[in-house]
Amino acid sequence: MKKSKAENDEVLSDEFLRQLMGVGEVDIVVGLPTHNNAATIGPVIEAIQGGLLAFFPRERAVIINADGGSRDGTPDLVVNAAIDDVGRGSKIYALRTLHAISTEYASTPARGTALRAILAAAELLRAKACIILSPESTQLKADSIASLLRPIYSEGFDLVLPTYARHRFDGLLLTNLLYPMTRALYGLRIREPHALDFAFSGKLGDQFLSQNPWDDETARAGSESRFTLSAIAGGYRICQSFLGNREHIERRTADLVPALRQTVAPLFSFVHSTAPVWRGRLGSELIPTTGPDREFTREPLRINRKRLLGMFVSGVAELESIFRSILTVPTLERLQEIARLDEAQFCYSEELWVKTVYEFAAAYHKSVISRDHILQALAPLFRGRALTFLLQNNQGSSDDVVNNIETLCLEFERLKPYLLEKMEL
Amino acid sequence: MRDMIVSELTQAIQQFSRGFAHILPRIIVMAVIALVGWLAAYLARALLRSILRLIKFDRLSESAGASVLLTKAGLPQATELLSQLGFAITWMVFILLGVSVLGILGVQELITNLFQFLPRLFAGLLIIFVGLLTASFFSRATLLAAVNANLPSPRLLSTAVRAILIVFVLSMFFEELGVGEQTMLLAFGIAFGAAMLGLAIAFGAGGRNLAQRFLESRLSPDNDDDGRKDEFSPL
Repeated sequence: MKKSKAENDEVLSDEFLRQLMGVGEVDIVVGLPTHNNAATIGPVIEAIQGGLLAFFPRERAVIINADGGSRDGTPDLVVNAAIDDVGRGSKIYALRTLHAISTEYASTPARGTALRAILAAAELLRAKACIILSPESTQLKADSIASLLRPIYSEGFDLVLPTYARHRFDGLLLTNLLYPMTRALYGLRIREPHALDFAFSGKLGDQFLSQNPWDDETARAGSESRFTLSAIAGGYRICQSFLGNREHIERRTADLVPALRQTVAPLFSFVHSTAPVWRGRLGSELIPTTGPDREFTREPLRINRKRLLGMFVSGVAELESIFRSILTVPTLERLQEIARLDEAQFCYSEELWVKTVYEFAAAYHKSVISRDHILQALAPLFRGRALTFLLQNNQGSSDDVVNNIETLCLEFERLKPYLLEKMEL
Repeated sequence: MRDMIVSELTQAIQQFSRGFAHILPRIIVMAVIALVGWLAAYLARALLRSILRLIKFDRLSESAGASVLLTKAGLPQATELLSQLGFAITWMVFILLGVSVLGILGVQELITNLFQFLPRLFAGLLIIFVGLLTASFFSRATLLAAVNANLPSPRLLSTAVRAILIVFVLSMFFEELGVGEQTMLLAFGIAFGAAMLGLAIAFGAGGRNLAQRFLESRLSPDNDDDGRKDEFSPL
């Protein structure tokens, strides 16, 4: 559904519009969606300022902070960060004024709404390139800004996605579902389909702004993933840039379901809407990447495996009636079999996991029950798969981890016809 | 004497004949209406069945949990049941129309009352169906939330939510029909109040430690729901 410019302008408040008019046309927009990030925003702003000063001194740039009702003064930190501070420290001086403005789009955080406000502002300012950064990405350096922006600005790419050096057990949803399934469907090896630090051309931003169904809460919640998927489906030029270490962020049990809503829901909905794009694609190919494709670190990390197994077993038993409407009988029976195993013998095989995911995608497509319930029902099964991944890769080297992920990806690719069959496409 | 008896009998037979001759056309009309009604009901059943199959009503009924109830009660599936109900109601309407043609005293009033009752019956059935759908949705949502939050006895919680909603829906249904309004309302109030009081006492007294941990995890931002973190980040 195409949105008119007027509709998108509605997300810009009068005060924000005034600030934007004061800025005028720019070349680069840096978007910072925040919510109570005072503790981590400092290094991110330093990286932005350093990157723009060192690598884009002639470009007109603005930092746009879309804040979801912070109470710790985050917007003030963004707006008050003066460009001269960096200039003095690094003996580099700005040739242009770097503007920094802030808007509170809502009193509660919603990343989709923040992204929409930034995109609408970028469209209004006719930015050639736009970069969105997570306020928690404290590992970013001035070079990172250049790595993300340069392919857009100088090499004609439309979307630059990040790759990181991560802990082997970080981003398990990415390594076990999002990356392999996106790769199997669209044939592109995109390591971070749900990117929080990424850059894109003004053309792609405008297209996404006008076509994303912003009124739909589900679509809004997964805007970052939808952004990547719509760029893939639209045939835009995509590349990756290595951004260094991504710090481990501790998550709570309750974070898994929102993560599924933000990432798996857009992927499943795109499976249906972009079927003509992916149906005939076989295999997968590398995309242009600056720096390493991916690195894994292995510092000690305590993970409660007993709890993961317990939640998987309890999920399989308690949600049987729901699984009956989502999964096929053989898949459910095999899940019930592995739920009876103890931790030492536990193995949620690649084939079974891929079939599970594809059957969930088909059930999501057919809406056999509420789509949100389908996603929630996937959470305990994902814990089981995560446990198997932990057990498989606990002792091995980084190469072993890479190989295990590759094996899973190939299984996703091999079973693609199974998805087509289940979706009756 | 004999003549008198013959005369009385003749008179009675004549009266009966006259009466019968008077009512016979009406009986024929009633029979015709009933026959037309049967045909109309037959068509209505076929039409209703096709529409319900087209909109996959059985699947909807299954997700509402109504199919399980129907199977347990030894009834056919929702599409067949509603089609038969449509047939019965349509034919009954025609039969009542036919009966009204007979002009029997009191029957007219009964028919009027019945016709007035039909919309309430339909509204009641709709309440039941939507209610079952809602109960099924919320009990499933409770089950999923409880499983993902690692709460104890998720199925018990889910069943409790479903039971409360079904009792609530039934009380609305009977209120709509005007059957035992006060009794149902009171029964619902008492059952609901007792359940809540029981849960509160059980949670406060039986699960003191659980309640303490639950409140600590909710009110203290540093704690997870059981005081430990997963320590793996999905994204």
